[in-house]
Amino acid sequence: MSHEGRVLRGVVLAVVVLGLIAPIALGLWQTGRAAFGILPALGRDTLSLEPWRDLAALPGLATSLRLTLVTGLGSTVLSLLLATGFCAAVHARMSNATGARLLTPFLAIPHAALAVGLAFVLAPSGWIARLLAPLAGWERPPDIATVNDSWGLALMVGLMVKEVPFLLLVILSALSQIPVARQMAAGRALGYGRGIVWIKIIMPQVWPLIRLPVWVVLAYALSVVDMAIILGPSNPPTLAVALTRWFSDPDPAMILPASAGAVLQVVLVALAVALLIGAEALGKRLGRWWLRRGGRGLSAEPGLWAASAAVVALMAVGMLAMVSLLVWSLAWRWSFPQIWPESFSLKPWAGAQRGWMRALGNTLVLAGATAVLSLALAIAWLEAEDRARRSRAAWAEALIYLPLLVPQIGFLYGLNVGFLQVGLSGGIWAVIWAQALFVFPYVMIALSDPWRALDPRMIRAAAALGAGPGRRLWAVKLPVLLRPILTASAIGVAVSVAQYLPTLFMGAGRVATLTTEAVTLSSGSDRRVTGVYATLQAALPFAAYLAAALVPAWVHRNRRALSGGVT
Amino acid sequence: MKFPLALALSLLATPTLADWQETLEAARGQTVYWNAWGGDARTNAFIDWVGEQTEARYGVRVEQAKLSDTAEAVTRVIAEKAAGQDEGGSVDLIWINGPNFLAMKEQGLLHGPFVADLPNARYLDLGPTSPASVDFTVPVEGMESPWRLARFVFSYDTARVAEPPRSMAEFLPWAEANPGRLTHPDPSNFMGATFLKQALIELTPDAGVLQAPVTEAAFAAATAPLWDWYDALRPNLWRGGETYPANESVQQQLLNDGEVDIAMSFDPASTAAAIADGLLPESARVFVPEGGSIGNVSFVAIPFNAANKEGAEVVANFLLDPATQAHMQNIEVLGSFSVLDPARLDAAAKAGFAALPSAPALPTLDALGPTLLEPHASWMTRLTEDWARRYVK
Repeated sequence: MSHEGRVLRGVVLAVVVLGLIAPIALGLWQTGRAAFGILPALGRDTLSLEPWRDLAALPGLATSLRLTLVTGLGSTVLSLLLATGFCAAVHARMSNATGARLLTPFLAIPHAALAVGLAFVLAPSGWIARLLAPLAGWERPPDIATVNDSWGLALMVGLMVKEVPFLLLVILSALSQIPVARQMAAGRALGYGRGIVWIKIIMPQVWPLIRLPVWVVLAYALSVVDMAIILGPSNPPTLAVALTRWFSDPDPAMILPASAGAVLQVVLVALAVALLIGAEALGKRLGRWWLRRGGRGLSAEPGLWAASAAVVALMAVGMLAMVSLLVWSLAWRWSFPQIWPESFSLKPWAGAQRGWMRALGNTLVLAGATAVLSLALAIAWLEAEDRARRSRAAWAEALIYLPLLVPQIGFLYGLNVGFLQVGLSGGIWAVIWAQALFVFPYVMIALSDPWRALDPRMIRAAAALGAGPGRRLWAVKLPVLLRPILTASAIGVAVSVAQYLPTLFMGAGRVATLTTEAVTLSSGSDRRVTGVYATLQAALPFAAYLAAALVPAWVHRNRRALSGGVT
Repeated sequence: MKFPLALALSLLATPTLADWQETLEAARGQTVYWNAWGGDARTNAFIDWVGEQTEARYGVRVEQAKLSDTAEAVTRVIAEKAAGQDEGGSVDLIWINGPNFLAMKEQGLLHGPFVADLPNARYLDLGPTSPASVDFTVPVEGMESPWRLARFVFSYDTARVAEPPRSMAEFLPWAEANPGRLTHPDPSNFMGATFLKQALIELTPDAGVLQAPVTEAAFAAATAPLWDWYDALRPNLWRGGETYPANESVQQQLLNDGEVDIAMSFDPASTAAAIADGLLPESARVFVPEGGSIGNVSFVAIPFNAANKEGAEVVANFLLDPATQAHMQNIEVLGSFSVLDPARLDAAAKAGFAALPSAPALPTLDALGPTLLEPHASWMTRLTEDWARRYVK
C-alpha cells in the first residue's frame, strides 16, 4: 500500500466515522438515556424503568407492534416473491436498459407523494371506485375501508409499489453477474422446468448479492412514517407513527416513553433482520436436501404468471396514483362520482406559488449539496480502496449500510439534542448533514459495482503511459464512469428529496422542502395543492434520472464503446 | 397619513409608549419564525400577508414554520432547553392554546408577561373572566396574546341531509338512521377531542364540575353518560368506528367526497371559505347544537428562548390592530371572527367591520347561539386518555 493510499484511506474513514457514524451513535445514546428516565430538560436525572412501564401501559401498543411486523415483514416478503417471479418470467424477454427505464418513475417518486396519489386512487370515493360506480349503481361511496384499513393492507400495497421496482432493479443488476442463459439451458436440458431452475439454481446465487438491499427494504418498511400516516391504520397506527405522535404530545413527559418506544423500534428491526438471517440458514439446510433429492417437481409456471400479473397490477395502480396527482393539481371541482374533474384551474399552482417556489429552492439546494458531498466522499472512498489495492472489509460494508438499517426515529430526536448542544440546528447545514447520513449510503452502493467493474486494462495502460494516480482518476476513471456517477447522483437527489423526518427535526421546521410541505398539506383538505407539491416532488428526482441518462449520451455521442456499455 | 389623529394621540398617551418605541427599534430587521399549523391554505396565506405588512411597516419579516401539530413546536423548545440553549432559540412565535399552552406555562417555557405591553391590547377586554384572559380555564396572565376566535361548528351538505341533528343526544338516532355517514377526527387531534368535549358538556349531569381540574371521582361520575352514548353511537360510525380521519381537514375532504355527511370545524367561516375555494359543494351549510357550542380563543405565545422576541411582540401587536382584525374577519380573506371588544373600538374601526362582505354559507353571530366554556385543560387530557383506553385495541 502506498503512503498516499494510506493517507487517503485514513481521511475517508475519519470523515465517515465522525461525520456519519458518530451522529447516529450520539443520537442513539441520547434516545437511550431518555428511554431509561434521564432527560435533564424536564428535571429527570435518575435512572429508572418507568418509561418502559408507561410505554407498556399505552393503549394499543400490542396492536401497533403486530401491525408493524405484519406490514413490514409482509410487504418485504411479498415484494421479494413478486420481484423474483416477475424476473423469472420476463428476464429473457427484456433488456436491462428497458427494465431500468420502465422502473425509473417508481424509483424516483418519493414515498409521500406516491402515498398521497394512492390514497386517492384506492379510497372508497377514489378513482377506481368512481370507475366502478356506474356499474355498481353507487350514488354514495361504499362504506368499505380500502385505505387506512385496520389490517394495514393499503399500507402494504403502497410499500410494495415502491419496493417491488427497487428489488427488481437490484435483482436485475445481480443477474448481470450470473450466466443466466447458460445455466437455464443446462437446467432445462436436465428436465427442470423454467421456474424450478430459477428457484433451485439462479436465486441461490442471487441471494447473497441482494441480501443487504433486502435488509434495507425490511428496515425501511418496519419504520416508515410518512406513507404509514397517509395509508396506514390510525387507531392504533404502526409503531413508528405512534412514536412520532408521542414525541409530539402536548405533555412533554411523553418524550420518555416515546424514547423507550424508539429503542423498541430499533430492537424490532434488529429482530426482523435476525429472523431473515435465521430463515436464510434454515433455507440453506432444507434447500440442499431439496436440491440433492433432484425432483423435477411440478411446473412453477402458474406461480410465475400470477406474480407477473400482480407486479403489472401494482405498477398500474402506481401509475394511476402518479397521474392522479397531476390531474388533481390542475382540477378545481372534482367530486364523487365524477371520473374526470368537472372544472379545471391553474389556481392551485398560482395560489401556492410563493410557497412552492421557496420549497423548490430549498429542495434543490439540499439535493445538490448532499448529492455532491456524498459523491465526493464515495469517490474518495473507492479511490482509496483502489490505491490501497484492497477489497472492502465486511465491517466497512456494515458502516455504509448502518444508517439505512437503524430506524430514523430511533436516533433523530437524540441527534437533534446533540446538534443543538454544539449549536448546529435549525439551519440549512444541519439539514444537509442529516440528509447526507442517508444519501451517502445509497450513492456509495450505487457507485461501488460499476467502479469495480471498470476494465483494469485501461488503468494499467494509463499507468504504463506514465499517468500518476491523480491523473488516472481525473483523466480515465471519472470520464469513463460518467454514466454511473451521474446515475448515483440522481439516486442521491431522489433520496434527498424524499427525506422527511431528518429535514423536519434538524431544520426545526424552518427549512421547508417539497416533502415536508407535501406531508403537512396531506394533513389538510386540499388535494389540489397537495397535488402541486407532490407533482413537483416526483418531477425533481425524475428530472435528475433523465439528466443522468441524457448527459452521458450527449457527452459520449462520438464514443461508441461508452454509450451504454458501462452502467 | 395612515392613522387618524385621535389614534395617534391616544398612542402618545400610552404610558408604555417609550418602551414600545424601543421594542420597535430592536425588532427592525428581525425575522420572526411563526410556528403555526400549516394544514389550512387560507391561514397560511393570511400569515404571508401579515409578513408582508409587518415588513413594510416595521421592517419585521415573518416566516411560517408549518407544523402538522402544534406540539411539534413545544417539543422543539423542550429539545432546545434540553441542550441548554436558553437564548437564540429557533421558535419565535407559536399559534397555541389549551393543553399545549398549559404544558409550556407549567414548564416555564414561555416569555412574558408581555400582552399588557402591546399598544393594541387596549382594544381587548382583559377582565379576569373574559375569553381573552382565560385559556381552557387556565389564566393567561399575559403569557399569550389572542388573535382569532374559534367556535365549534358542524357543516353538512343540504343536498344530502335535510335535517341535521339538533343536539349531541340527537346524533344517536340520526346515526342509527344513517349508518356509516358520521365520524369525528381522531381524539388524539384537538378537533376529535372537542367533539367529545361538546358531547360531554351536553350529556353530563352538572357541567359546572368541568371548570375545575379533573379528579378521579368527578371524572367517573361526569363521563358515565358520555360513554353510554358513545358506546351506542360507535357501531354506526363511518367504517364502524374502526378508524377515524386524522383531523378536521381530512374529514372535510370526506364530506366533499361524499363519504360522510357531516364535518366539523373550529371556524364558523370555514364552510363558506371552502365553498369559495371549490373544496365543498355550493350546498354546504353550517349548524350548531341548539344549546350552543364550545368556543375559545386562538393565541400566540413567545418561547422563553426565542431569538427574535421583539419582532414576535411586534407581530402579536399587529395581529390586534383593528384594521388587521377586520381584514382577517373578511370572508374573502380568512373569515375568522375578531377577538377585539366591540365596545372599545372607535367609529372608524366599527365601520371597517360593518362594511365586510357576507356569504350564503357564513352564519351570523346570532345563529351560532351561546358560547359554551371550554372545560379545564386537564379534562381534555383525561378524556382522550380514557377514550384511547376504551376504544384503541
